Amino acid sequence: MRVTQGTFSFLPDFTDQQIHEQVQYCIDNGWALSIEHTDDPHPRNTYWEMWGHPMFDNPDAAAVVYELNECRKVYGSHYIKIVAFDSSPGWESIRLSFIVNRPTEEPGFKLNRTEIKGRNIQYSISPYSSDKPQGSRYK
Amino acid sequence: MENEDDKKELKTVSKVNLKEDFQSSGVADILLELDNSLIGLEPVKTRIRETASLLLVDKARERLGLVNESPTLHMSFSGNPGTGKTTVALKIAGLLYRLGYVRKGHLVSVTRDDLVGQYIGHTAPKTKEVLKKAMGGVLFIDEAYYLYRPENERDYGQEAIEILLQVMENNRDDLVVVLAGYKDKMDKFFESNPGFRSRIAHHIDFPDYSNDELLEIAEVMVSGMNYKFNKKSKEAMAEYIEMRRKQPHFANARSIRNAIDRARLRQANRVFNNSEGPIGATFLSQIEDVDIMQSRVFSGGIDK
Ligand SMILES: Nc1ncnc2c1ncn2[C@@H]1O[C@H](COP(=O)(O)OP(=O)(O)OP(=O)(O)O)[C@@H](O)[C@H]1O
Repeated sequence: MRVTQGTFSFLPDFTDQQIHEQVQYCIDNGWALSIEHTDDPHPRNTYWEMWGHPMFDNPDAAAVVYELNECRKVYGSHYIKIVAFDSSPGWESIRLSFIVNRPTEEPGFKLNRTEIKGRNIQYSISPYSSDKPQGSRYK
Repeated sequence: MENEDDKKELKTVSKVNLKEDFQSSGVADILLELDNSLIGLEPVKTRIRETASLLLVDKARERLGLVNESPTLHMSFSGNPGTGKTTVALKIAGLLYRLGYVRKGHLVSVTRDDLVGQYIGHTAPKTKEVLKKAMGGVLFIDEAYYLYRPENERDYGQEAIEILLQVMENNRDDLVVVLAGYKDKMDKFFESNPGFRSRIAHHIDFPDYSNDELLEIAEVMVSGMNYKFNKKSKEAMAEYIEMRRKQPHFANARSIRNAIDRARLRQANRVFNNSEGPIGATFLSQIEDVDIMQSRVFSGGIDK
């Protein structure tokens, strides 16, 4: 099941050229860019691991694509996203975030039903992949 | 599939007009500016003009669908201090930008200390930071040979060199690297680092300036700061140049700039001490021979 989230979730995955252009758009707006990765695709997992520091002062998007490729070398089987932060309101707020790398196989989510008081049902989802410990989920 | 699409997109025209490209791309303007703003440096200017034509033709060929692989643009500038290497690098960055070989056209100027770290694990991130900042533009490494210290086998410079070489090869479309420094040291550096030699396509030598050229440079600098020489102060400057050249740490145009800065200081002092009542712009912008003659160079001392 293809996991989608973020700004361009309705589009097919971007090519590196398209990533470059989106990132350049962010840079030209004065936004800082961060690369983050995770092997836990649960939609409520908002805190992904950071790949290095956010990048504030690179005028060209090639710098971000370069780091993305470095990150892919290590975490090529994980989800990787690019996040753009705008500090103009006086704090860093996310302007844009999109997935740029995903595992080749995405087993999807399991739906759990728990019966609670009064025969009500509580639902939850959990990624099949997270049965395994962190770091060994996608190979 | 994708390749076929690429080709179709590339071949969008069947004729090109080089003269028109030359003007409309702004390359002509930059070359003209290079000619006008820099005194002397004829061999350098010729080389840059040749390179610009080559690159212009390459771009035109690309548009006609005659694909050639993207040319290596990394360069080395060798010459003594103050011969205009940084200044020319700045112009080249503008040129490559107009020609469409770099996307932003900025110049990032660094030395060993900006690339090499102090402890294990410090160098790679430092070098990468610099490289990322330079992407889309030109990275100018002054006195590049200090990266290589063969006498210390655990020197972190080697790590910086390896990353540099990798990026120069793999990210050719993203940045252009210019290595600069003294000629003999650069030659030795390339001898012991064949990796660099093979990745650098253009070697440009910067000759020392003649005394006449330095005097002309002095005049350009002075008028650029809205000051003026008169006949006597110009003669003093000529004399200063002749004496300064024989002293240690002579750095061509940079020595001239420093001398002028000090002359301005003395001029300000003189104007302030001698002026009573209102004075005009002419008086404030005149550099007299005394402002130059008071230099230590004339009393047997050394100017920096
Ligand atoms: N041909 C020239 N005409 C006018 N000004 C010049 C010329 N060459 C150099 N200058 C001036 O001299 C100063 C020193 O030049 P620059 O910094 O380019 O030298 P450099 O060769 O890069 O020296 P280094 O490598 O030691 O840093 C600058 O202020 C520059 O504007």
